[in-house]
Amino acid sequence: MDTVVLLAITGLGLAALYFLVASGLSLIFGLMGVLNFAHGAFLTIGAYGTWWASDHLPGAGSTGWGFVSAVAFGVAVGTLVAALIELALIRPLYERHIEQVLVTVGLSLALVALVRAVWGADPHPFPRPEWTQRTTSVLGANVPNDRFLLIGSALVVLVAVLAFLRFTRFGLIIRAGVENRAMVTALGIDVRKAFTLVFAIGGAFAALAGALGGIYLGSISPGQGTSLLIFAFIVVVIGGMSSITGAAVAAVLVGLVQQFANYYAASGVGDLSVVLLLAVVLLTRPSGLTARVA
Amino acid sequence: MSAPLLRMTDVHVRLSGSHILQGVDLTVRRGGVTALLGRNGAGKTTTVKAVLGLVPSTGVVEFTGDDGRTQRLSGRRTHEIVRRGIGYAPEDREVFGGLTVAENLTLAERRDAPAHHDRVYELFPELKQRSRQLAGTLSGGQQQMVAIARLLLNDNQLLLIDEPTKGLAPLLVAEVADVLARAAEEVTILLVEQNLTVVRRMATDAVVVDQGRVAWSGSAPDLLADADRTRELLGVATSGGHA
Repeated sequence: MDTVVLLAITGLGLAALYFLVASGLSLIFGLMGVLNFAHGAFLTIGAYGTWWASDHLPGAGSTGWGFVSAVAFGVAVGTLVAALIELALIRPLYERHIEQVLVTVGLSLALVALVRAVWGADPHPFPRPEWTQRTTSVLGANVPNDRFLLIGSALVVLVAVLAFLRFTRFGLIIRAGVENRAMVTALGIDVRKAFTLVFAIGGAFAALAGALGGIYLGSISPGQGTSLLIFAFIVVVIGGMSSITGAAVAAVLVGLVQQFANYYAASGVGDLSVVLLLAVVLLTRPSGLTARVA
Repeated sequence: MSAPLLRMTDVHVRLSGSHILQGVDLTVRRGGVTALLGRNGAGKTTTVKAVLGLVPSTGVVEFTGDDGRTQRLSGRRTHEIVRRGIGYAPEDREVFGGLTVAENLTLAERRDAPAHHDRVYELFPELKQRSRQLAGTLSGGQQQMVAIARLLLNDNQLLLIDEPTKGLAPLLVAEVADVLARAAEEVTILLVEQNLTVVRRMATDAVVVDQGRVAWSGSAPDLLADADRTRELLGVATSGGHA
């Protein structure tokens, strides 16, 4: 029983990371039709920004509020980079989807190479607040606290983004834009502002995932974002290409399947099981689990 | 003589290798309803979309607002054109099915001017009762009400309305025509319409498009009174029916 509990909570923790990355990808694709292959780079930027800030930024550190400041810095950098990329590189290429894909693929390679050039290819130990290194007993299982941090953060983001989509004018524009972008502009709305905002929000969530992923894994490396991005794409497809709630449900499915398969079958079978899950969903529900954005 | 509200000069549209509009010249005078007529595929909807910048076009589109200033619309983005006081109801309604009726209307509000929810709900009381219903679950007629309500929510100077009665039951056609006739008392309308009964009731002017060019323009009553010309231009008899 304790093993099942530990695997379940660890799977949910992993799901939280997938959700943070996938929610941004999902919104960006849904509204803008952009498959953002540079999304993993935002995760790397968030992780390295947090790691750098914990040592160098005044007031930031590796514990308590100092660590919160470091994470806030990492998220802010990820958000800013995402917004700048949208304004400078994606905006001139609206409706030119092939060029957009090429640009985002190029960016993902370039940004990771930049991080590698500045801080090296080797993994760096990531600052982990003391509380996250302790465990909490749940039904007999000693669960590392970082899992709860991941799950809690993802839940806060989920509620916040659903409230944003439901109760704000920008949220209304995004939900409408996902359905019919041209008609939104025909109502006199400059949908480009929503594009930039969505890209920035996606960058923020991915950067937060980078910081939390650092805590979960204990170290960071330049290619970390890219490997998480693959599973995030799978989550987006399973959830329904532009659905936040779908992404949340799919992330939980993928995280749990991966953990249990890795433990009860063999290490590596988890990844294979996720791909099988993707195939089953695509065969039975080609548009994913849900088609609604929120 | 004051400038027309809308003037299109030598407008061309090419889409996917097809030359859809081949030098459209038309004017919409201030006040009344100008019917844009023509056979299927003649280029009526593309003409409306060219005004709004929803399709790439060449040529000149000019709009002279109530302030008397003539502004070039061609080359501007759709949202900028619309904010000059041009409302648009597309051919297939294109309401946002995942939003409620109230959200559809809220989205259509322009930020820089008051929105007339009271006016809209007075014209379409059913929409008030269904304000929390998802627009995607409404009937075709109700969705058309939402599409027209979005237009009337704001103080526009020109309404571009594309086949508002398409696919509606006869009772609803009359209801939609009633509402548009009331709206036409306050705002100029460029109406794409196949139903000649509706055209006869509302239109003051008519422009007939054929194969991407304007084939005829003038008084709508004169056109509809000339059975031979109507048959020649639209391929139908004028005693009701569809173009």
